[in-house]
Amino acid sequence: MKSITRQKPLEEITKQLEGIERLYLVGCGTCATMTKTGGKDEVLAMKERLQGAGKMITGWTVIPTACDTMTEASLAENNGAIQSADCFLVMSCALGVQKIASYNGKPAIPALDTLFIGVEDSPGLFHEVCDQCGHCVLGYTAGICPITACHKGLLNGPCGGTNNGKCEVDKNRDCAWTLIYDRLKAQGRLDLMKKYQPPRNSQIAPRPRVTRVA
Amino acid sequence: MKQSFREALKSGEFIVTSEIGPPKGTKLEKMRHHIEILKEKVDGINVTDHQSSVMRFPSLGGCVEIKEHGGEPILQMTCRDRNQMALQADLLFAYTRGIRNVLCLTGDAVPVGDHKQAKGVFEFDSVQLLRTIRHMESGKDMGGNDLEGAVEFCAGAIVTPEAKPIEPQLIKFEKKVEAGAEFIQTQAIYDLDNFAKFMNNARQYPVKILAGIVLLVSAKMAKYMTDNVPGIFVPQNLIDELASAPKGGALQKGIEIAGRMIKTIKEEKLCDGVHIMAIGREEVVPDILAAAGLNGHVK
Repeated sequence: MKSITRQKPLEEITKQLEGIERLYLVGCGTCATMTKTGGKDEVLAMKERLQGAGKMITGWTVIPTACDTMTEASLAENNGAIQSADCFLVMSCALGVQKIASYNGKPAIPALDTLFIGVEDSPGLFHEVCDQCGHCVLGYTAGICPITACHKGLLNGPCGGTNNGKCEVDKNRDCAWTLIYDRLKAQGRLDLMKKYQPPRNSQIAPRPRVTRVA
Repeated sequence: MKQSFREALKSGEFIVTSEIGPPKGTKLEKMRHHIEILKEKVDGINVTDHQSSVMRFPSLGGCVEIKEHGGEPILQMTCRDRNQMALQADLLFAYTRGIRNVLCLTGDAVPVGDHKQAKGVFEFDSVQLLRTIRHMESGKDMGGNDLEGAVEFCAGAIVTPEAKPIEPQLIKFEKKVEAGAEFIQTQAIYDLDNFAKFMNNARQYPVKILAGIVLLVSAKMAKYMTDNVPGIFVPQNLIDELASAPKGGALQKGIEIAGRMIKTIKEEKLCDGVHIMAIGREEVVPDILAAAGLNGHVK
């Protein structure tokens, strides 16, 4: 699983930092490093840019995995620099931001937007693989997710906007239902596509989502 | 109009429907004018539902206007803008205002329209909406509760005979018929040989099929549609025919082409009727009917 992120424009980052002078920067060694949005290089570049914008950087670190239980220990090592900062600027996905926001009461400000959970197709190109809808239909759709791969998330086949196997929203994107049709056909399982799929339960895990595994 | 759209479908006569697009705003005069022109000429009038994801006066409001003017409305209902509660509520309201026909559509994608940051709902798809109507007719809502007064609709859907590849489209067509679609209006067709092939397969299903006729108003428009609109193919000979029209005569040529196609579809009994989409030129629909030899179509 990779949490795919994109850096916010500097203007938006500084808007969040209005009235805050001293910052401690936190990157993440896992997803944000792979997406080149919050690894060591990006943290150092951000340090330069914010110093250029008149901010004081009290220190920085790249936590191996910002969302896991080791985050606290990792931050504790840098306590001096953290104590003298007014806030954290976090260059990880929202999981890391929320983890760090509960660390010592200092505000944690996101430098990234979290886009989706995805995989890398080729260097730098990611696509969404799961919407975490709690209602997995991959068993009927040849392992291609119609919720994330179809613009409209349709369950019963393509819309009228499909065009030569491409999507009406973007001629460069594949129509999910053409892909599903082709793969089911190759597998000799087209009967699955003919089966009616009822609407999904939108409240299968009502928000705030919490579950206890046995 | 003497008979309901459902009665017209059952009559075995050649069916003609057309459609109007509501205004962007509250000035209804033009839409009312189009209703007046069409109401005695066709078996049913569709009202588009924020067509191409462009926000407008609602299809439900357009259908109420048609009823008030003595016409037979066909409510276009997309799944783009409403969750299941809103869809059902609109169906209840439609029924109480005498609207008896619904065309179930998935709806265009939000980014192709004029509210590019809006949320696309798509909680249901067209097949699920058809089943919702049939379910509500049993006196229950989608939450399993009893309705105080049920609905009854003549429900239909669409198909795109020129879609490439066609096979996934045909699977969905079959699902729509199984879900209870009584009529199907097709996306625009221009290649009647290809349409005849589509009908050879489609004819086996218990559903009335109305061929989509979109008025071509210029060679440029025809070329644009064939190059840019998913599921529309305009053969080169029609584009050439439009281009050969004398200056200022392209619209007349388009009317001739539409009339000729309708005439052929009727004479060769290719399908059960036609659905004429004049896209802003609704005032020429009577001319198209005249060119097709269908003057005084509705008895």
